[in-house]
Amino acid sequence: MKKLLVGCLVLLMVLSFGTMAGAKTLKLAMDADPVSLDPHVQLSGGMLQFSHMVFDPLVRWNKSGGFDPRLATKWERLDDLTMRFHLRKGVKFHSGNPFTAKDVEWTVERLKKSPDFKGLFEPFEGVKVFDDYTVDIVTKKPYALLLNMATYIFPMDSKFYTGTDAAGKPKDAIVKIGPSFALTNESGTGKYRVTGREQGLKTVFEEFADYWDKESPGNVDKIILTPIKNDATRVAALLSGDVDFIMPVPPQDYSRIRKNKNSKLITMSGSRIITCQLNSKRRPELANRLVRQAIVYATNNNGIVKKIMKGTASVAGQQAPKGFAGYKENLVPRYNLKKAKALMKEAGYENGFECTMISPNNRYVNDEKIAEAFAGMLSKIKIKVNLKAMPKAQYWDQFDAQVADMQIIGWHPDTEDSANYTEFLLMCPDKETGYGQYNSGNYCNPEVDRLVLASQTETNLAKRSAMLQKVEQILYDDAAYVPFHWQNLSWAGKNKVDIRRIVNVQNFPYFGDLVIK
Amino acid sequence: MFAFAVRRITQAIIVMLVIGLLGFSIKQKIGDPVRDIVGVSVSVAERDALREELGLNDPFLAQYVRFIKNAVHGDLGMSFFFKRPTLEVILSKAPATLELVFASSLIIILLSIPLGIYTAINPRNLPSRIIMGGSIVGVSIPVFLTAIILIYIFAVELHWLPSYGRGETVNVWGWESGFLTLDGLKHLILPSIALSSIMLPLFIRLIRSEMMETLETEYVKFAWAKGLSRRRIWFLHAFKNTLLPVITVGGVQLGILIAYTILTETVFQWQGMGFMFLEAVERSDTSLLVAYIIVVGALFVVVNTIVDLIYGLVNPTIRITGRK
Repeated sequence: MKKLLVGCLVLLMVLSFGTMAGAKTLKLAMDADPVSLDPHVQLSGGMLQFSHMVFDPLVRWNKSGGFDPRLATKWERLDDLTMRFHLRKGVKFHSGNPFTAKDVEWTVERLKKSPDFKGLFEPFEGVKVFDDYTVDIVTKKPYALLLNMATYIFPMDSKFYTGTDAAGKPKDAIVKIGPSFALTNESGTGKYRVTGREQGLKTVFEEFADYWDKESPGNVDKIILTPIKNDATRVAALLSGDVDFIMPVPPQDYSRIRKNKNSKLITMSGSRIITCQLNSKRRPELANRLVRQAIVYATNNNGIVKKIMKGTASVAGQQAPKGFAGYKENLVPRYNLKKAKALMKEAGYENGFECTMISPNNRYVNDEKIAEAFAGMLSKIKIKVNLKAMPKAQYWDQFDAQVADMQIIGWHPDTEDSANYTEFLLMCPDKETGYGQYNSGNYCNPEVDRLVLASQTETNLAKRSAMLQKVEQILYDDAAYVPFHWQNLSWAGKNKVDIRRIVNVQNFPYFGDLVIK
Repeated sequence: MFAFAVRRITQAIIVMLVIGLLGFSIKQKIGDPVRDIVGVSVSVAERDALREELGLNDPFLAQYVRFIKNAVHGDLGMSFFFKRPTLEVILSKAPATLELVFASSLIIILLSIPLGIYTAINPRNLPSRIIMGGSIVGVSIPVFLTAIILIYIFAVELHWLPSYGRGETVNVWGWESGFLTLDGLKHLILPSIALSSIMLPLFIRLIRSEMMETLETEYVKFAWAKGLSRRRIWFLHAFKNTLLPVITVGGVQLGILIAYTILTETVFQWQGMGFMFLEAVERSDTSLLVAYIIVVGALFVVVNTIVDLIYGLVNPTIRITGRK
């Protein structure tokens, strides 16, 4: 008996020594740092990446496009409107407060108040607390994307964020500009606490001792995040060994990192599509379906991916990439110059016409070059394009004002779902409902609107998928827009950093699970 | 003298108002700050509400008057990105820039004087030709390219020096200094070399031509005739007179050096005012931009006014010319 006890003790000591020796620091360089410690202040990739480090969502995406339990351990549909979530027990916030159902309710209420998130949480009626560890999330109508949205519910410590701060302001205030309690204080359930932050300089994350997920293989106990905006400098920082992990990686440096024996590169096809919209209100030519088809047939997007993107993008023939509900195998890119010319002739524009185009020059990867190449391709069907490129700071006002006949836009769906592309880019523009907010082509097809709206309340996923596929088919046949490609996502790190396990197509690296050998 | 001082200070105030107006009109053109602080899918109504809240919908003049009123009270507005008062942000970034400029100036002074004198004394020998040829190359390579080349050689290939940032800093009475740690000094080497690369050739050439001119003057010839030692003639008599125009030019160039920090700081991720400025342009952080323009403008105006006043004390002709 005594021997057994000693044996156990020794084993325990070895194990604890093992974890101590396994403690590692990760030096991370990204192109920007979190704008705030308040996860609800801005809806952006950067803020969601931050949320995954300091907070935990109810569920999160896994690599196969499904959901992994996090703070919710189980979920089941009670009826068309209600989903029941069983919450994890024994979880503590960084402040020491226990995590309960009340925090979920509080967080969803706050999300509905956030200017950035309220749009996404519009379909939600609210949260009903069943008991301390069970909540029912209720939507106003049947809603197919309830679980997608649950990945955005990062419960916050309701006790910690309640009351007033030293300045007499409520602690839960969501302040875009100016100081607030949540800007500089956090209490989440995530693996990392923020222990130091100098905005624009560095953010230090340290492991939270009472973190609930003991099964995670992650062995990084400290992360130092440095924003390095300049692409060349960020790559140099990795190659010189000053940092361990960089994201994103500029495409022009892919081969340099691959050649370097101490570092490795991981890329993945992403879901941000780059497109060009053809304004049918400004130009009668572009309202002609045959002309639009001719333009799509004249677009050698394969060439753009090969020559300009150097293979760092995936050629697109439709909005949503493979794996999304609306993806349809047969909607492939259709470059065919002969056919394009024939269509122009059929439309009665054999001699072409002249039009204008605008493009940002610092928003998407190689955006200006893509627009230039596209304009060159159109000249082959005698459409003379006057292109103007400008920085993103000026671009979006021009885009909204629809100053040009053709306008470049990229889109990544916040919901990680097919319908979102069409809702923003191609549904009939409507100021009241907000649909078609970025539809500068003014494409408007009642059938598309009907199908997309119907898909929102369809909870049978197979039926829903069929609807969205039909939408893609209509858009494809109508040549409603010009698809170019989906941008690839990229990460690079030293060989000892096991990047591949933690990255995903949503671009939310799960740093809590990161292993450094 | 009193009238002169009053006139000079009034002029300074007018200049400041004009700078403010200029900064403000640029602000309207640089872009919409609201776009950068909300997600793309945020509705138009939400964006408008935010714009209203920030007072961006008010007429230009109303915004300008409000800004001047606050500025007089020392409030230059709130940075949209940093969510802190702009003045505080700028002051927190100033030490980094000043240290970088100081280190570069040191390099320029320590190298340009001996090299300039050497090439002036031996205008035709091989080392002089190499120095002069090299200085042409140095002046023609853009500073950001020099910076990237330095990073690739010394950081990526040789691993001798760090590639970005300021390294470890020590807080001395509120001044974040990189001068006091070994790590901080290591980080300083590449950026300061890159920054000095643009001015160093200029100063070598300037000192060389001034020195050669001085060596031709009558009093130097007289000194030779008198049989003074070579060192005495070169370093004492000729060099002293070379230095006068160099100092005048140097003062002007210091301002240009600060302008070049924008490029150097961006490549090296050096967290100074230049880097902050460029990022603010990209993010349309217009309130920070205007504050930066005001602060830098004020700095120049104050320095110039003081210099003028001192000049007035030293040289009476200046203050008398304005008088009728």
